Amino acid sequence: MSFLTLTGVQKHFGAFTAVEDFTLEAEKGEFVSFLGPSGCGKTTTLRMIAGFELPSAGRIVINDVDITHRSPNQRNVGMVFQSYALFPNMTVAENIGFGLKVRKRPKEQVQKRVGELLELIHLPDRAGRYPYQLSGGQQQRVALARALAFEPQVLLLDEPLSALDAKIRVSLRNEIRAIQRQLGITTVYVTHDQEEALSLSDRVVVMNEGRIEQIGTPFEIYNFPTTAFVASFVGTLNVLAASVVDAASGRLSVDGQEIRAASVSAPNGSKVSVALRPEIVTIGGEGDGNRLSGKIEDVTFLGSIVRIRVKVGEGAGRLSFDTFNNPSLILPKIGDTLALTFPPEACLLLDAAAEIPALSIDADEA
Amino acid sequence: MTQGGGAIGMRAPGALESVGKPAPDEKPRRGALWAWVIFGLGFLYFFLPLVATFEFALGHPTGPVKPEPSLRYYENVVLDPRSEFFPRLLFSFGVAIATIILSIAIIVPTAYWVRLRLPRLRPIVEFITLMPFVIPPVVAVFGLIRTFSGPPFPLMDTTFGSTIVLVGAYTILSFPYMYRAVDTGLRAIDIQSLTEAAQSLGAGWPRIIVGVIFPNIRVALLSGAFLTLAIVIGEYTMASFLGSKTFGPYLSLLGQNKAFEPAGVSIISFGLTWIAMGAIQFLGRGGQRIQVGGAR
Repeated sequence: MSFLTLTGVQKHFGAFTAVEDFTLEAEKGEFVSFLGPSGCGKTTTLRMIAGFELPSAGRIVINDVDITHRSPNQRNVGMVFQSYALFPNMTVAENIGFGLKVRKRPKEQVQKRVGELLELIHLPDRAGRYPYQLSGGQQQRVALARALAFEPQVLLLDEPLSALDAKIRVSLRNEIRAIQRQLGITTVYVTHDQEEALSLSDRVVVMNEGRIEQIGTPFEIYNFPTTAFVASFVGTLNVLAASVVDAASGRLSVDGQEIRAASVSAPNGSKVSVALRPEIVTIGGEGDGNRLSGKIEDVTFLGSIVRIRVKVGEGAGRLSFDTFNNPSLILPKIGDTLALTFPPEACLLLDAAAEIPALSIDADEA
Repeated sequence: MTQGGGAIGMRAPGALESVGKPAPDEKPRRGALWAWVIFGLGFLYFFLPLVATFEFALGHPTGPVKPEPSLRYYENVVLDPRSEFFPRLLFSFGVAIATIILSIAIIVPTAYWVRLRLPRLRPIVEFITLMPFVIPPVVAVFGLIRTFSGPPFPLMDTTFGSTIVLVGAYTILSFPYMYRAVDTGLRAIDIQSLTEAAQSLGAGWPRIIVGVIFPNIRVALLSGAFLTLAIVIGEYTMASFLGSKTFGPYLSLLGQNKAFEPAGVSIISFGLTWIAMGAIQFLGRGGQRIQVGGAR
């Protein structure tokens, strides 16, 4: 039985369609992330759940109650903003207690709850501080406590970590997940950071141009992308041009070198793009796997890893991959020929005409 | 190691050289001098008339007759039980406070709503708030008298009614200053996020405006209140035509009948107005902490 349901939700701003036909069912206690590039409609969808935008069509139901036309203050939905949005004139305790004060809870009850939440966010000694006296990470923790204080049915987080530096981002990300698990609150998290979405979520909704591209667990989204967009947006990809030799046996030709894919639906002789995750490629190796050789174009030493770029034939494309560093490693030289192996099931076949956004390693470095 | 040391050795002379260069701040210093000269001239332009007025109210001891400086003209104004000085000044302060409250009650929700939801209306609202600069007070006051002298709003028939008309007129006069002050204050905070945060926490509009927006634009409200107070205390035209017993017409009347007392009244009212502003500042800032906004 789903707890949060969006059915056929649409949003138009004049002639512009921000969200088209968004349907999602989230279980109670589930952590769902909306992932996509800027302008894909993820924040608009979140704002419709919060009540800040009215859907042009569709229904939003929380716990069997249709809230589509309820005002934001009648929804019992907590929200955390990218800009924290703490009230500058109130102390940390007053900020956290604001939602309870609005609900006219007794003073002792407010104090008790504020104390509990300050413990939860590990800031019990900051109750009397003002927001400007806190660091960004602390402010966002207070914002989280404030959104949780009145025990909302659903928690919404709109890119809450974007304004923080990388280290704080990771620690706060883990903290958010731990608190969410502890409280078992249904959570919708908006982000454009795939690492955040993959590491936090029970399920990820990948969006592009107002549409849902794919809904699935992080494992499914990463390993079994159903569209070219998802394949390229989530994780990094090497894309090689190939032609189908024999579709039935999955045989392909990459600039004259034959490889196999798990399944090929394109007709023989047609042009296809083969996408490969960099982590699946290994140097040398024997066995049944696919084998490709090419000339090393670039070797970059990055400390814990070494990034190598290999040009496969003329016009087929480049393969970029990382190998772990160790003191006994002999770095390959630019211009050397290198043999690479990868399993057939790692080959993601994309329509040759499919547009690959410039997020793949190949596109970045070519 | 040797290489590293060499590199440091190469850099050091360069660093010292830059210290030995002629001080690059000579020009700014000259600029600062000019700034002080201009500030001094401006200060004198403002301050000398005050000194002259003060001196004149002492009986003009530096004048051709050279009398002994005396405070009796000040005493005539302040201590004479028949003097209307304090009643008029207090009445003006009362009118000013009513004006400030009404102006804030109209301007804050308007400016807030325009900024939050109707940014396209901003030029129109700005133009409307500028109307007091376009319509001369003498024209406006005749319009007000005509409108409120008979049914359905015969406000001019009573003193209380004409005071209401006066407060209304002053509120309109305060619009250009109050709107700009409040709008600037709203620009400094992220009103959309704060509003949405308050909404998501369950707050309705009255609580959002009074509990969240007001306290965060307090400084802007104070500057709008100062300007309104200054306008109301010195205003003559409207008060005179509406027959209100405010401070402006009193000062004018005194000037027609006495020589030195008007100057004394000016100085005293100047001091009292500053004290009133200080009081507003003190009361308005009670509990106010310095704030640096969070991330935007």
